[in-house]
Amino acid sequence: MSDSVAVMIVVATIASGIRLATPFLLASLGESLGQRSGVLNLGVDGVMLLGAFGAYYTVLKSGNLYYGLLVGVALGIVLGIFYGFITLKLHAEQGVSGIGIYLFGLGMSDLLFQKFVGTPRPIFPFMPLRFPVLSDLPVVGEMLFQHSIIVYIAFGLVPVMSFVLNKTTYGLNVRAMGENPEAADSLGVSVMATRYSAIIIGNGLAGLAGAALAIELGIFQQNLTNAMGFIAIALVYFGAWSPKGVMLGSLIFGLVQAIVLQCKTFGVIPRSASDLAAMAPAIITILALVVVARRFRQPAALTKPYVRGG
Amino acid sequence: MKSLLNIIIPLCAVLPALALGAIMLVALGADPLSGYATMFGAAFGSLEGFSETAVKSIPLLLVGVGICIAFRTSVINIGGEGQMVTGALLATTVALAFPGLPAPVLIPLLLVAGAAGGACWGAIAGSLKAWFNVSEILSTIMLNIVAVQFMNFLLRGPLMDPAEVARGTGIPQTMRLSPNADLPILIEGMRLHLGVLIALLVAVGAWFLLWRTSMGYRLRAVGHNPDASRYAGISVPVNITAALAFSGALAGIAGAILVFGSESHRMVTDGSSTGFTGSAGFNGIVVALLAGLHPLWSIPSALLFGGMLVGANALQRAAQVPSALIIALNGLIVVFVVSSDYFKKRLQPTVWVDGAAEEEQRGDSDE
Repeated sequence: MSDSVAVMIVVATIASGIRLATPFLLASLGESLGQRSGVLNLGVDGVMLLGAFGAYYTVLKSGNLYYGLLVGVALGIVLGIFYGFITLKLHAEQGVSGIGIYLFGLGMSDLLFQKFVGTPRPIFPFMPLRFPVLSDLPVVGEMLFQHSIIVYIAFGLVPVMSFVLNKTTYGLNVRAMGENPEAADSLGVSVMATRYSAIIIGNGLAGLAGAALAIELGIFQQNLTNAMGFIAIALVYFGAWSPKGVMLGSLIFGLVQAIVLQCKTFGVIPRSASDLAAMAPAIITILALVVVARRFRQPAALTKPYVRGG
Repeated sequence: MKSLLNIIIPLCAVLPALALGAIMLVALGADPLSGYATMFGAAFGSLEGFSETAVKSIPLLLVGVGICIAFRTSVINIGGEGQMVTGALLATTVALAFPGLPAPVLIPLLLVAGAAGGACWGAIAGSLKAWFNVSEILSTIMLNIVAVQFMNFLLRGPLMDPAEVARGTGIPQTMRLSPNADLPILIEGMRLHLGVLIALLVAVGAWFLLWRTSMGYRLRAVGHNPDASRYAGISVPVNITAALAFSGALAGIAGAILVFGSESHRMVTDGSSTGFTGSAGFNGIVVALLAGLHPLWSIPSALLFGGMLVGANALQRAAQVPSALIIALNGLIVVFVVSSDYFKKRLQPTVWVDGAAEEEQRGDSDE
């Protein structure tokens, strides 16, 4: 294999890794915001599925990809309000009620798809953006500057999230809710409002992640996400609750997937071996969880409902 | 009285879910009353239907009882799916290795293999929590993913039906397993098989374990108050691991029964865990919650959900309502049942204190 072909393959793999990382990144940024405020949401996968179906169906009917993204976010927000109500107001056990949301999303998205679409019809994904000069750069251009808008939105959110969490009053409030809601409450910061907002934004991002996935793939089917939402939750731990860490984790996951796909396409490894390779991300995550559990501390109030004077 | 309230409130929580289900049925253009009637009739209206319902409730009951044990130890086992898969894989491998054994030897051996496969998978998550402080919620989810990919690897590779390999069709499934491994049919002409009795036996066994043995006492003590348990000399890490191993073992048996009680008598994958388990690993959580985490109440609870699955298929045929409706409804039921704890605590604010006092008395008589 000549050098230039090898470079092309590497570039294509990295570019596709970045694309594949995008839904993970959006979902895990949202989840990390929720967890920072002390709320664990295990329903990400279900929210993603509903967001994905909503976006797919909207694009199928309207032909407008941006409407699709909006519908995805909107569905996420609705589920966020619902999840906020049951966990914050009714103090439902977060580990279990999230599974309820997951099952609801899994069943509902499949139900709606079968009822209103039936046979899968493809939709056309976003065109890659073209930046003057940058997109035409050799190697770097294809790797970084020929992606669709959603990729830039996702990665653009990383510094935004870092800034909000670390440099704004709202971010301070969110972090206070996750560490010591009693203290924050005594200073007059509303625990309810802060946590609600974090959950709603987080679920909105999960809905957006689902929408991005469906639009990128141009298709919807039953269980489209195939547990991606659960991996996104693990990535939050992997990234030790920091937006940059989460981005790093998402990129690693995306790249591993891209490499496995590429190897499959070129027949470098047999089908069965690629099944084994597909185990790698989950195993890496488990090992990472061991390390994270030793070196980092999760938000102290995570999964603990807040009862004033309780 | 307390245990009655534990059952009644979750049952009340099902009502809003069913009401929402009725609204969904209307939205889908079906008459909700006749829809629910169709479901109920198909699931419980005839002996054939009931036999089908019972078969569907086997994995739900087994996983649900396992969840009862885990949740009572304050361990949240989300890994039922993966534990079912690993149990089924180990049992299938054993069946492929010893096809000649007579049924009375082979079937118990397969059940033990299933239990062992699931128990190992559960124990991994358990020991990670116990000694490395890794959240079992996350590790069990990750282990689900690992188990599914491992199943895909085995069924597309080493365990694949040689006939599929020869034909080159490559359907990821094992060969027809030894007929000696077929779970005996209980009523001629119906699908009801031995698995039902096994599941019932396990449910009673789990009740006995939890409330009539010192092992069960230790599990529940760790669940109630780990600090007090440690002070009393009970090893918290060991019991956490044991709870997940028990829970996994029951899911593993469920996986094995799914294989050997199936109509095709082989293990098949469609690439996802749901394709094999029918989401029983998750739905078992619903069963256990609705039963107030009681193994015996899990029996009617599992029958209810098994009936919903059978009814959903009938509804799909009769009114073209996709059976995925039931998965969505199960999700709502989980949410409502978990939320109902709030009302339970409000209705009986002393419930926790009562429970603790009761535990103490039992502890005195136990040890």
